[in-house]
Amino acid sequence: MTTTTDHVTTTAPSTSGASGDREVILRVGGLVKHFPRRTKGILPRADDPVKAVDGIDFVLHRGETLGIVGESGCGKSTAGRTVLQLIKPTAGTIEYLGKDVTGVHGRQWRRLRTEMQMVFQDPYGSLNPRQTIGSIVGAPFAIQGIKPPGGVKAEVQSLLERVGLNPEHYNRYPHEFSGGQRQRIGVARALALRPSVIVCDEPVSALDVSIQAQVVNLLEDIQNEFNLSYVFIAHDLSVVRHISDRVAVMYLGKFMETADRDELYANPLHPYTQALLSAVPLPDPRKEGKRRRILLTGDLPSPINPPSGCVFHTRCPKFREELSDADKQRCIGEVPQQREVAPMHQVACHFPGPATVDVVKLESVEDMFARAAAEGAVNAEDVGVPAASVHPDPTAAPEPQT
Amino acid sequence: MTTTSTTSDDTGRRVRAKVTVGEDLLSVEHLRVHFPTEDGIVKAVDDLTFELKQGRTLGIVGESGSGKSVASQAIMGLHRGTRAKVSGAIRFAGVDLLQVSDEELRRRRGEDIAMVFQDPLSALHPYYTIGNQLAEAYRVHHKVSKTAARARVIEMLDRVGIPSPKSRIDNYPHEFSGGMRQRAMIAMALINDPRLIIADEPTTALDVTVQAQILELIVDLQKEFGSSIIIITHDLGVVAEMADDILVMYGGKAVERSDADTIFYSPQHPYAWGLLGSMPRMDRIRMERLRPIPGNPPSLINLPKGCAFNPRCPYASDELGCFTVEPDFDATLPHPVRCLIPEGERMAIFREKVQPTL
Ligand SMILES: Nc1ncnc2c1ncn2[C@@H]1O[C@H](COP(=O)(O)OP(=O)(O)O)[C@@H](O)[C@H]1O
Ligand SMILES: Nc1ncnc2c1ncn2[C@@H]1O[C@H](COP(=O)(O)OP(=O)(O)O)[C@@H](O)[C@H]1O
Ligand code: SF4
Ligand SMILES: [Mg+2]
Ligand SMILES: [Mg+2]
Repeated sequence: MTTTTDHVTTTAPSTSGASGDREVILRVGGLVKHFPRRTKGILPRADDPVKAVDGIDFVLHRGETLGIVGESGCGKSTAGRTVLQLIKPTAGTIEYLGKDVTGVHGRQWRRLRTEMQMVFQDPYGSLNPRQTIGSIVGAPFAIQGIKPPGGVKAEVQSLLERVGLNPEHYNRYPHEFSGGQRQRIGVARALALRPSVIVCDEPVSALDVSIQAQVVNLLEDIQNEFNLSYVFIAHDLSVVRHISDRVAVMYLGKFMETADRDELYANPLHPYTQALLSAVPLPDPRKEGKRRRILLTGDLPSPINPPSGCVFHTRCPKFREELSDADKQRCIGEVPQQREVAPMHQVACHFPGPATVDVVKLESVEDMFARAAAEGAVNAEDVGVPAASVHPDPTAAPEPQT
Repeated sequence: MTTTSTTSDDTGRRVRAKVTVGEDLLSVEHLRVHFPTEDGIVKAVDDLTFELKQGRTLGIVGESGSGKSVASQAIMGLHRGTRAKVSGAIRFAGVDLLQVSDEELRRRRGEDIAMVFQDPLSALHPYYTIGNQLAEAYRVHHKVSKTAARARVIEMLDRVGIPSPKSRIDNYPHEFSGGMRQRAMIAMALINDPRLIIADEPTTALDVTVQAQILELIVDLQKEFGSSIIIITHDLGVVAEMADDILVMYGGKAVERSDADTIFYSPQHPYAWGLLGSMPRMDRIRMERLRPIPGNPPSLINLPKGCAFNPRCPYASDELGCFTVEPDFDATLPHPVRCLIPEGERMAIFREKVQPTL
């Protein structure tokens, strides 16, 4: 019964989420960055470098945002810089649009710079205080020797306008701007050469929530307008969830778990992801009162001497409380590889599984519709619910109306 | 409107002499802290009034530059002898701290009121061991031998969860991780068993997993010691977890104050609406766009005329007088709101337009 008629409904690709069949813009494989250490002894000891990034893999599609979250020192910034080859990788490959660009230099490297840009966290430190914002935003043209059609000044002014700054402020200095405005300057500079990829390293972490939301919206708008791909690095799990299509959770130089955004937050399977999510205090006292936290014990181990086997085992609640001695031996002795446990959901844990406590209890779809309706957005698409995530847990009781 | 708090737990607290749980420990009245500068007068804190009962936790929230730290520094008496012009009253257990002698203030600092900062390195000297600094802090207020002080320090380090305190006591601050330094500073703040702890962004520099540990520690210690806490933060999640009462500051002034439940579930000031509305929420189905508060926080030298929030407020109007009349803050009410919209109308706006989006 093969009936190929005109009325075949096309089925969506099995890979759920936004990244289905889009063009792969960046493919990173086995990326390693070890910093050699200068110890106080006479000879530098090359055998114990800082293993800042220790073998990460990811694919970035055009127009997509990959969020990287993790605690400070886990290697997020180093990963971002190494991907852009602002620092030289120790090992691994970086493919841009299918071409291996690892280790390119000279003209090719400069060419790559026009395609991949970076926005930094510190809106104070990353802008030269002695340069006008006109010359800061126009610098990429000068460095690359590119002359935009209408001239640099006109182009810079239109960039300033695009990021929500007054083009007449061309001749002002960074100190005359607030934190949020400086971050807009950084975005304008990154945008100047019309790159395809922007690595955003904690771009909103230093900003107050109300201003943070302005900059997040700006980043989303220019992403849509220029079809940009983002690697969005942050430690704020709520912001990362909002802006990302996919999220990678990093710990001691490695990705612990990678999944589509809604999948990761609704169904975290790695004990570290679960602990991280459960640690975030929710702005909702009634929920907070009822919540149980998964507390991690001890401090982050040093990336110079990461623990054997699974790097998380020294702090892992599952290891400590649930595993048999035989299973523990596996965590101590064998490095868990990223395994695909569900479509597009990879976990590097020998014993992945749902958390024993409610990590984040998501509101019900009904509640969400009620809110959305009040805002004038009445269908699921407008409030950004991907079809895949509308599967309310039938066992979840609605929040009591207190 | 509910006025009960879900987080307070009055059982098992040690009750201090003079002030018992539930009585006002601290009462700040019309506090003003103005800094004369070349560019003009910075009105960092302008007419701040609130009180805090023994054993309770007050959260102070607001954007950076809204005067939170300056207010807490004033309570600690840290503006004395500087160019800052401080007026009003800060009554602690009935005594106005603005009127006491320098000597008495020094005695009370540490013994009655202690402070925990965002950056422990600003409180801990790099050249002295943790143990020496904590012992010193203890001996300022207690006439005890060095051995006794050392024993007390080990006890406190142990209590705040520093592993092997007997050996870590001789470490220098830089030998501690960020989380451990924060614990050490908390130990130092608590070593004299103060009645009031002011924690200014105590976890802002920490990762969430460490933050969760530190906040749990603070809550446990408060239960044990019965101290009152003022926690200053820009993180609404942190106040949701910690605070019994919340004070919202904007442009150096209190704009709203009530119990935590009321502030989160029926806030009345448009700035509070904006603040709650602009956060991405992890526990909600994702909305397509965030709703920022437009514009920027005001300059404290040149506050906008009328209501300081008017340039950013979607409800500001000439009819209400938002651009000319400064709204009042009646601190005697259980839920004062510094806004010109009449209360009934505000409730209606909240119910119909704001609440469904929060
Ligand atoms: N240039 C460098 N030299 C030596 N070590 C470094 C250097 N840059 C970063 N590191 C170390 O690498 C680890 C990861 O740092 P980083 O990538 O900045 O983490 P994150 O951005 O997640 O906070 C840290 O231990 C850090 O101290
Ligand atoms: N010593 C000072 N001299 C002049 N201005 C000051 C001084 N200390 C703080 N300020 C100003 O007072 C305002 C409030 O600051 P602060 O209380 O630190 O804000 P917050 O803690 O809410 O971020 C800011 O505008 C700040 O620049
Ligand atoms: S591999 Fe073992 S130690 Fe690592 S996260 Fe999984 S259970 Fe925990
Ligand atoms: Mg970083
Ligand atoms: Mg402050």
